[in-house]
Amino acid sequence: MSTQGMILAGCDGDRTWRLQDYLARGGYSALKKIVAERIPQDTIIAELKASVLRGRGGAGFPTGLKWSFMPRSFPGDKYLACNSDEGEPGTFKDRDILRYNPHSVIEGMAIAAYAMGAARGYNYIHGEIFEIYQRFEEALEEARAAKLIGQNILGSDFSFELFAHHGYGAYICGEETALLESIEGKKGQPRFKPPFPASYGLYGKPTTINNTETFASVPFIMNMGGESFLNLGKPNNGGMKLFSVSGHVNRPGNYEIPLGTPFAELLEMAGGVRGGRKLKAVIPGGSSAPVLPADIMMGCTMDYDSISKAGSMLGSGAVIVMDETTCMVKALERLSYFYFEESCGQCTPCREGTGWLYRVVHRIEHGLGRQDDLDLLNSVTGNIMGRTICALGDAASMPVQSFVKHFGDEFMYHIENKKCLVSPEAQYAGSNIYVSPSC
Amino acid sequence: MLSQESLQQIDREIAKYPPDQKQSAVMAALRIAQVEKGWLANETIEFVAAYLDMPAIAVYEIASFYNMYDLEPVGRHKITVCTNLPCALSGGVHAAEYLKEKLGIGFNETTPDGKFTLKEGECMGACGDAPVLLHNNHRMCSWMTREKIDQLLAELDGK
Repeated sequence: MSTQGMILAGCDGDRTWRLQDYLARGGYSALKKIVAERIPQDTIIAELKASVLRGRGGAGFPTGLKWSFMPRSFPGDKYLACNSDEGEPGTFKDRDILRYNPHSVIEGMAIAAYAMGAARGYNYIHGEIFEIYQRFEEALEEARAAKLIGQNILGSDFSFELFAHHGYGAYICGEETALLESIEGKKGQPRFKPPFPASYGLYGKPTTINNTETFASVPFIMNMGGESFLNLGKPNNGGMKLFSVSGHVNRPGNYEIPLGTPFAELLEMAGGVRGGRKLKAVIPGGSSAPVLPADIMMGCTMDYDSISKAGSMLGSGAVIVMDETTCMVKALERLSYFYFEESCGQCTPCREGTGWLYRVVHRIEHGLGRQDDLDLLNSVTGNIMGRTICALGDAASMPVQSFVKHFGDEFMYHIENKKCLVSPEAQYAGSNIYVSPSC
Repeated sequence: MLSQESLQQIDREIAKYPPDQKQSAVMAALRIAQVEKGWLANETIEFVAAYLDMPAIAVYEIASFYNMYDLEPVGRHKITVCTNLPCALSGGVHAAEYLKEKLGIGFNETTPDGKFTLKEGECMGACGDAPVLLHNNHRMCSWMTREKIDQLLAELDGK
């Protein structure tokens, strides 16, 4: 049962996701008002700008500004895409939005379609959550039957067709142009930009892509007004945000809280560090965000500006908590393997560089590290970053750079002593199977 | 080559896209074909290609790019366990080791009776549910303690 928050407020797990439940929570009132009163597109975009809603998928780009890039007067087809391809390790918020409140995403997309003159949209859903895809399809049927999407919405001249597209296992499709390629029935390989999707998107037509949580926030902003939403958070960091807390905490899960909430409070909501152990490090914004040591993290508030000032990124709001039983070399090895596996292979620096990063971290972890390996890691990341079509290369590099920067001593200990600083027994016990009693 | 039911499902997918963009349904068509056939043999890929008016190589590219498609036969029950960092911190690796021990196989192997295949997965976007695993790509199993793994294997063993 979620009693706090905004998008998930009043949602009761799997029992209250249907249209009638959403209507009972005041759902679709924003869309109904917009359609009935023919509210001008500019008014909607201005409201969104006032809210300072920033993209919830990771980049934090101002949503209102993004919407204003769409060439509304373009006479041909225009598209919307929702990015529900949530595969950044640590992130599991969009899954909960889609399964507990799918209609908030549908309503948000319908409002976006109205504001930007798009007649067709797709929600690209992560491959591994097939059951959620099926539920979203059911929610779409409900909305279609109630004339909330489709032709002549609520009897007006506004039409918007919305469909779900199911991924099948490729992290890279979370990159917006890879996602478009994937919808087009191709390999998910990012496009060179410019042109940006607003001018050349799906099937070569103007397209706006937003994250699930971003779309889901829109109806709430329309109802409460942009300024009220902004005031829920702090200046330049408007509103509430879902944080997915995973790793060494007593109650892993999603927590929807105002931006600007101290990290210490979020950690407490998640039940604190497991077994009363000591906090060692936190990755505050999904696996590609730079890791921060405990003392720096404990001084942060959970918003774009505070985390950025501390040297990391709020990203998708995925908070990976690691306690004193964590071997930082092993933790990095696992992440580096992921990026190596998921590089789409299009750009040489990323395709080859992620392999180098993984192999070097792997040999350090396995007692075969060399004295100059940390310099080598920094050199490889320097040759990847900024030299690729998309951000996956940077995403693979930032963990390496930050782990080496903050935990260099632990890496050197590995290289010199050919073993972990943390005893294998402590590691094993610290990361044993743990299920919160509340699950 | 594919059942009438599968073809109907593929047609429903095709209808989601503009009439001149049939190839957008290729991912769904391959998924539907894999559910029916268990895995994607070359002739299945070629059939899907012909059905969508695509070159076979373009469909093969899709099937080999996205990692939930199986280009080789797998056991009746494919179990994919996430061992990425957030899951590993809550026992993802321990769960994988337990599965290996129970099934007597390693990753990318199938039990001799053809019942189970074990795979190591990447992020499934369910890190709060760790340890988490997927059964045959479509059913997610959350909070998999050793007891729950025992129950799942017993349930699947009878199928």
